[in-house]
Amino acid sequence: MQKYITHLVMVLLCIPVFAQEDLNEVKIVKKQKGIKKSYTVTGNISTLTTKELAKAACCNLAESFETNPSIDVNFSDAVTGNKQIKMLGLTSPYLMITEENIPSVRGASQAYGLSFTPGTWVESIQITKGAGSVVNGYESISGQINTELLKPLTDVPLFVNAYGSTDSRLELNTQFSKKLSDKWATSLFLHGNTRLSKNDMNNDGFLDNPLGRQINILNRYQYANAETGLVGFVSVRYLNDKKQSGEVDFDKDTDRGTTNAWGAEVNTERFDLSTKIGYVFPDQPYQSIGFQNAFNTHNQKSYFGLNQYDIKQNSYYSNLIFNSIIDNTKNKFAAGLNFTYDKYEEFVNVTDYSRIDNSVGAFLEYTYDNSDNFSLALGGRVDNHNRLGTFFTPRLHVRYNPWEYSVLRFSAGRGKRIANIFAENQSLFASSRAISILNDGGKTYGLNPEIAWNYGLSFSQKFRIFNKNAEAVVDFYRTDFSKQVVVDVMQSPQQALFYDLQGKSYANSLQIEFNLEPVHDLNLRTAYKFYDLKTDYLSGTYQNPMQAKNRFFANLEYETHATEKGKQWRMDFTFNRIGKQQLPNTASNPINEQLPDFSAAYSLMNTQVTRVFSDVFEVYVGGENIGNYQQPRAILGSENPFGPYFDASMVYAPIFGQMYYAGLRFKIK
Amino acid sequence: MKQLLILFLFSFFVGSTQAQEKKNKNLKYTTEVNGNCEQCKKRIEKAAYGVSGVKMASWDVDTHQLSVILNEEKCSPADLKNAIAKAGHDTDSVKATTTAYEGLHSCCKYDREP
Repeated sequence: MQKYITHLVMVLLCIPVFAQEDLNEVKIVKKQKGIKKSYTVTGNISTLTTKELAKAACCNLAESFETNPSIDVNFSDAVTGNKQIKMLGLTSPYLMITEENIPSVRGASQAYGLSFTPGTWVESIQITKGAGSVVNGYESISGQINTELLKPLTDVPLFVNAYGSTDSRLELNTQFSKKLSDKWATSLFLHGNTRLSKNDMNNDGFLDNPLGRQINILNRYQYANAETGLVGFVSVRYLNDKKQSGEVDFDKDTDRGTTNAWGAEVNTERFDLSTKIGYVFPDQPYQSIGFQNAFNTHNQKSYFGLNQYDIKQNSYYSNLIFNSIIDNTKNKFAAGLNFTYDKYEEFVNVTDYSRIDNSVGAFLEYTYDNSDNFSLALGGRVDNHNRLGTFFTPRLHVRYNPWEYSVLRFSAGRGKRIANIFAENQSLFASSRAISILNDGGKTYGLNPEIAWNYGLSFSQKFRIFNKNAEAVVDFYRTDFSKQVVVDVMQSPQQALFYDLQGKSYANSLQIEFNLEPVHDLNLRTAYKFYDLKTDYLSGTYQNPMQAKNRFFANLEYETHATEKGKQWRMDFTFNRIGKQQLPNTASNPINEQLPDFSAAYSLMNTQVTRVFSDVFEVYVGGENIGNYQQPRAILGSENPFGPYFDASMVYAPIFGQMYYAGLRFKIK
Repeated sequence: MKQLLILFLFSFFVGSTQAQEKKNKNLKYTTEVNGNCEQCKKRIEKAAYGVSGVKMASWDVDTHQLSVILNEEKCSPADLKNAIAKAGHDTDSVKATTTAYEGLHSCCKYDREP
């Protein structure tokens, strides 16, 4: 692999670096920006375009936020190999993650769902900080991430992407799109990835990242009729994902269910079917009706050592929405109905936690825009849920442009959800911790629903400094939990407790961002982030474990002018400084099986170079964690994985060390 | 239906001088409005929205075309043009007064057509 990369780099370097450009012609080309932040929309939304997604190794959605300061990508623990994302310091269960506005990562798919969308399928990602819109539901608390996939009508006929990395992961994406008539188009996306060879760079006898393979197939049809105003989508998707991790010597055929060697397997099969119908009134372009339906079945069979965990979720989601105006387009509204049904068949070892959840809800969102410097979106919804009861969810977003090139935003909202405690905290199964639920008589796992309020204030200003374009952004958000299911790893290293919050829990996050274009085509993004998350645990109040209080982020990107034929170099470097993090309590363990109270601070560096040969073909090479930082001790008690001190869930830094990759993209327009 | 038809024919004959048509609640109407910049755009659209019955208004900086959707039961294209002229922008039929024009910001002072 390494040899392959060396060859590739050599080939790239041999090509004259700055190919001849014809300067006789003056052409004004508006360049696509990687991250777009509008100063005129109401919510605090940044949009990531395909260009931004191409900057990271970006194999799937979980990895596509590495160049974005608003979202922190956490490290996968060695067992699940799963990268979790955080926004405002809160993990993905507190985010609403949707795919084309249909909730996608929820319930059973919470832990792995983001890795089930290949990056090359994505057209754009919209990230909303703070309370989201009421249109998609009541669950979002700290933010909303919506992914738009490539559209069959506008996609290129053929796209191929191949990728290989030194951690022996191979990926192949093949995407076909075809216009069937002037109104119908179809896409067929095929994705496969695999990791075949075992890596143990820290020599602890455990794999650094899971072996695995994934097959992911999406077929969809798009219909658009400009005359009648009718649009539609039908999507069918199948996913099969297998992962194996644990000790290097573990053989799944002979060692499963034994104490010969510690191993884990997570196998997921998923099927999705979704339809969308939209109608825009031809003589009233501001008025429309949309009807979405999605059905999916998600089946995870897994074991972690001697812990067995199986979850199957059948879900149905339906959303009817009507958009129109009151008097004129300065006053818009969206009104509609939601229906959700979730059937869980969940087994933790021999305990059956199966349940059925269903809810119906109605929402109304009013938007006022004075078409100048002020807008406001006020939304509310009422839902009736078999476990959450009947409740009201209000959300408010306000935007004001006090002067030129500036925007001030405020948001507030309430979120309510059921914590799927096992699905969301699967990594705890990869430990000897005894999991207990301190039952309070609640309706789900004996626990009560989580309720939180989120408030946010954000100010952005664009200006010129030394005649260069610059931008400064200050964001402050606070999430206050009035009810929460606490995941307690502070009590004892042999226990993981789940209980209803007694006392306070909050998350404050402050982000100060400064962006500069020092030279034309060179962009610098920097951000300092301060997170203050505290929860009252049974044993006292602590900063939430595995969450750095201070983080610093910088991203530098450079690209040469594209020539007539599209030849171009693109370069990109990302630096992350992650401050010390509170670690789970291990003080009662023997001295050699303890972790310090806080982890050390460390830095991470990623880089990538892309050579675009033409509109048709490009090659990229890159490195992640090129400073080669490795967590000093990834797994506690690794010598005796069936003993009382074993814990593979406490991962706060990379395990594998530096990783290099190369790939190519080929497309026919 | 028959009654309606008779009524319709009746109104057609009686109102022949004014050519009465059924009033369109969602009339799409496009007209040229003189202006220069983004500030003009805001002013023109604001003036258009100020006319009761205008549901949607959008002015294009490059083409100078103002596209609106209006409810004819509440207002007419003439009302729209009057309101826009009052804000300082010339339309094809109604021109702004000199005072209204002089009141515009310096960058908004478009070249007036005689």
